[in-house]
Amino acid sequence: MKPASILTMNNSKPIPMLEVQAITKKFGELVANDSVSLKVSKGEIHALLGENGAGKSTLVKMLYGSLQPDGGKIIWHGNAVEIKSPSQARSTGIGMVFQHFSLFDSLSVAENIALSLGKENDIRDIGEKARQVSEDYGLPLQPDTIIGDMSVGERQRVEIVRCLLQNPELIILDEPTSVLTPQEADNLFETLERLRAEGRSILYISHRLDEVQKMCDHATILRHGKVVGECTPADETASSLANLMVGEDVGDVTRSAKGADAGEVVLELNNVSQPAATPFAMELKGINLKVRAGEVVGVAGVAGNGQSEFFDVLSGETTSDNNSGVRFNGKDCGSLGITGRRILGGAFVAEERLGHSAVPDLSLSENLVLARHGSDADKFISMGAVGVINNKAVKSTTKRICEEMDVRKSGEDPDASALSGGNLQKFIMGRELDRDPSILIVNQPTWGVDAGAAQKIRQAVIDLTRSGSAVVVISQDLDEIMEISDRIAVMSDGNLSEPENADAITREEIGLKMGGLHDG
Amino acid sequence: MRIELERRAAHSIFFSALSPFIALGLTLVAGIILFTAMGLNPATALYSFFIEPLTEVWSLHELVIKATPLVLIGVGLSICFSSGNWNIGAEGQLVMGAVAGSIMPIIFPQQSGLWVLPMMLIMAMAGGAGWAAIPAYLKNRFGANEILTSLMLVYVAQLFLDWLVRGHWRNPEGYNFPESRSFTDGQVLPEMLSSGPAHYGAVLALITVIVAWFMMAKTIKGFQVKVIGQAPRAGRFAGFSAKKMTLAVFLISGALAGLAGISEVSGAIQQLRPVISPGYGFTAIIVAFLGRLNPMGVLAAGLILALSYLGGEAAQISLGISDKVGRVFQGVLLFFVLASDTLIHYRIKFTRLTKHA
Repeated sequence: MKPASILTMNNSKPIPMLEVQAITKKFGELVANDSVSLKVSKGEIHALLGENGAGKSTLVKMLYGSLQPDGGKIIWHGNAVEIKSPSQARSTGIGMVFQHFSLFDSLSVAENIALSLGKENDIRDIGEKARQVSEDYGLPLQPDTIIGDMSVGERQRVEIVRCLLQNPELIILDEPTSVLTPQEADNLFETLERLRAEGRSILYISHRLDEVQKMCDHATILRHGKVVGECTPADETASSLANLMVGEDVGDVTRSAKGADAGEVVLELNNVSQPAATPFAMELKGINLKVRAGEVVGVAGVAGNGQSEFFDVLSGETTSDNNSGVRFNGKDCGSLGITGRRILGGAFVAEERLGHSAVPDLSLSENLVLARHGSDADKFISMGAVGVINNKAVKSTTKRICEEMDVRKSGEDPDASALSGGNLQKFIMGRELDRDPSILIVNQPTWGVDAGAAQKIRQAVIDLTRSGSAVVVISQDLDEIMEISDRIAVMSDGNLSEPENADAITREEIGLKMGGLHDG
Repeated sequence: MRIELERRAAHSIFFSALSPFIALGLTLVAGIILFTAMGLNPATALYSFFIEPLTEVWSLHELVIKATPLVLIGVGLSICFSSGNWNIGAEGQLVMGAVAGSIMPIIFPQQSGLWVLPMMLIMAMAGGAGWAAIPAYLKNRFGANEILTSLMLVYVAQLFLDWLVRGHWRNPEGYNFPESRSFTDGQVLPEMLSSGPAHYGAVLALITVIVAWFMMAKTIKGFQVKVIGQAPRAGRFAGFSAKKMTLAVFLISGALAGLAGISEVSGAIQQLRPVISPGYGFTAIIVAFLGRLNPMGVLAAGLILALSYLGGEAAQISLGISDKVGRVFQGVLLFFVLASDTLIHYRIKFTRLTKHA
C-alpha cells in the first residue's frame, strides 16, 4: 500500500481504530461467525447486540486473541494484525473485562492486579497506581482489600481497573451489567462516559436494549453468526432493535390446533421465591405458573436470568420448605426431591448434557439407570434392599430407546461422552419420553444440536403433549420457542411473565420482555 | 520439542488395564537405579527383595498375614475414593478399631464363650466406623476438608492407644512393660493351617473382597458411589444425596479398617502394644490406587504391597540395608501409579516448538 493512499483516505474519512473484515469461525459443522464485519472508531461506544448463541462471544474472543479466526482479517489502525494471544491483544492496546471474573478470592486487589501485569512492577506502586486510576474514573477501590470480601460490583471494578492500568485504546466489556445492581450500573455508565471522552473506544456486548439506546453510538446486531443489521441506537425504537435481534422470520409450525384450554392443570407453581445461592446465581422472584395437560409452555429469555435456578426448583434438585409452592398432578411436592417428583410423573432434561443429565464416563445403559432407578424400580432393580440392577432389562430398554430416537453410536453400549451432542441429547430425551411422563421439563432441548436431531427432538416433545402430557420448554432460541409452544412466558431478572397464547404474542413483545422492558 | 498432554475423546480401556503394570515396571526401573546408586548389584538386590520371600512356606504365611489388613482397608478405601471422598486416616481407624475390639479380652478376660470373638470383631468395626464418622460429620456439617481432619485424627488415635497401654490397660502381671494382657484362646483368631501362623483374618478379607465387588459391580448402591464420585451434579440429578454418601463410605471404610485392626491384634500380635501397625492404613492408600479402586484389583495389589514389607525385612537381613527401602518402594510405586493414570484420559503428544513473532 502506498503512503499517499493512506493520506488521501485519512483526509476524506478517518481510518477506524478497529476494523473487522469478513471474519469467520467454525466449530466443527457449526458456523459461529459467518463473514462478520464491523468498524469501531476512536472514542466510540459500539454495541454488539444479539441473543445467546448469536456469536458475540466468539467474535470478541477472536479480537482478544483467545480464539483464532478461520478466515477474514482484523485491521488495527489501518494495519492488518494477527492476534495470537490475550497478552498480544493487551500489548496491541485491546483490553477485555469478562462476564465471569478471573480473580483470586484469597488475594488482595493489588496482588490480583500485580499478577496480571508482569514482574517489572513493584506491588506497592501497583497499589498506588490502582488507587489513582480508580479515583480518576470514579471506581473507588481500596488496594489492600481481599477480593473474597467484596461484592460482585466491586469485583467488576477491580477487573476494569486492572484492564485500564494496561492503558488500552479499545476496551471490550462482556455483559457488564448482568451482575450489577441498577445503582452500580449507573456508576459504570459514568465511567464509560469518561473513557469515551478520553478518546478510548468501547465494544459493549449486551442484550439490554435500554442500556444500548442510552449509551451506545453505534450498534452491530448479530443473529445466528451473521451481521443482520447496523444502526445508530438513538435513532431506533426499542421495538425495532428487538425485532432485529430476534428476527422476524417465523419457523414452520408443526403443531395441531389443539389449544391451551385443553386439559386440567397438572403442573403448578405458586409464588415460588428462591434466594440466590452464589454471587453469580439469580434470585427467583415470586414465580407463578400453571401448565395444563396437552400443552407446551415455552419459557424464553436470555441466559443467566434465572432459567437454571427455575429448572432446579421444578426438578426438585433445589427443594424448599414451601411444600405447596410446587404441585405435580395435584400433589404438593415443593419439599420433595427429584426422585419423588419422578415417581409423581415428572421427567427432566437438564441444560448441561455431560455431567448433569448424563455421566460422561458411564455407558448409555448406566445413564438410563441414572434417571430411572427410582421411577422404574420394579423393572430395573431387584432383590429389595440389596438393590441388584437388572442388566438385561436395562440393556434392552437402552436398545429400544436408541432405535426409537435414532441414536447413532459406535458399539452396543458406548460411554455417554463418546456420542456427539445431538445423539446424546436424543438418547436423553428418549430416556425420559420412554417413560410416558405426565410432566416434562426441558432446559435447552436443542442447544448445540444439529438441525436434523433438533427437529426430531422438537417433534417428540409435541407428540408427547398431544398424548396428554404437560411440557415446559426453557430455551434461549426464540425460533424454537415460537415453533413448539402453545403459550409463551419470558424469564427476565428472576421474574417470569404471565404466559400468553403463542398466536397472540409477537416476537417484538417477547424481545422487549427479554430486554427487561415490560409492555413497551 | 515440547511434550503436551492431549485429552482423549473417551477414556482408554487399554491404558486403564495397563496402567498398574506400567507403574510396577517403572518402580522396578527406579529400584535398579536406587540399588546401583547404593553400590549393590541390582539383580541380587531385587531378587532378595521381591523373589526370595516367596520361596519359603514360612514367609508365604507372613505374606498372607501382612496382606490381610492391607486388603481389608484397601477395599474400604477403594469404595471411599470411588465416591470422591478422601479418607486418609485409615491408620487411626485401625487403631481405634483395635482398641474397641480389645475391650472384651482386656476388661473381661474371664469371658470365653463362642460369642466373644464375633463380639470383638463387631465392636472393632463399630470403633473404626465411629472414628471415621468424625471427619465425615465435619465435612457434611462445616465443609471441613476430610483429608486434613481424617489425617490429624490418626495421631490422636495413636496417642490414645499409647496412653492406654502405658496406663489403665497395662498388664498387671507384665513387669511394667507397656503392653496389655495377652489374649487367650477364645479371644484369638485361630490359625488356618498347621504349616504356619496365617490366621482366619485372611478369610474375612476374602469375603470382604467378594461382597464389595458384588456391591460395586451389581447393585444400585455401588452405582451411586460411582455416579457421585464421577459427576456430583449428575448425582444430584439422579436423586442421590452426596452427604449421605460421604457418611456411608466413611463408615464402611472405617469399619473395615477397624476389622483390620482387630484381626491384626487378635490374630497376629495377640495383645495391645503402643504400636500395632507398621503403617498399614497409609500403605492401603497405595493398595487402593494400584488396584484401580476395584475390590478384585485390591486383592492383587494387597499381596504386592505385602511383599514390599517382607522384602524390606529380607533386604535388611541379607543385604544389610535399612528396611526403610521398603517404604521408599511404596512411595515410588504410588507416585508411578498416579502418574500412569494420566494416560487413561490423556495421550502424550510431541510437538515442535513454534517461535513466536
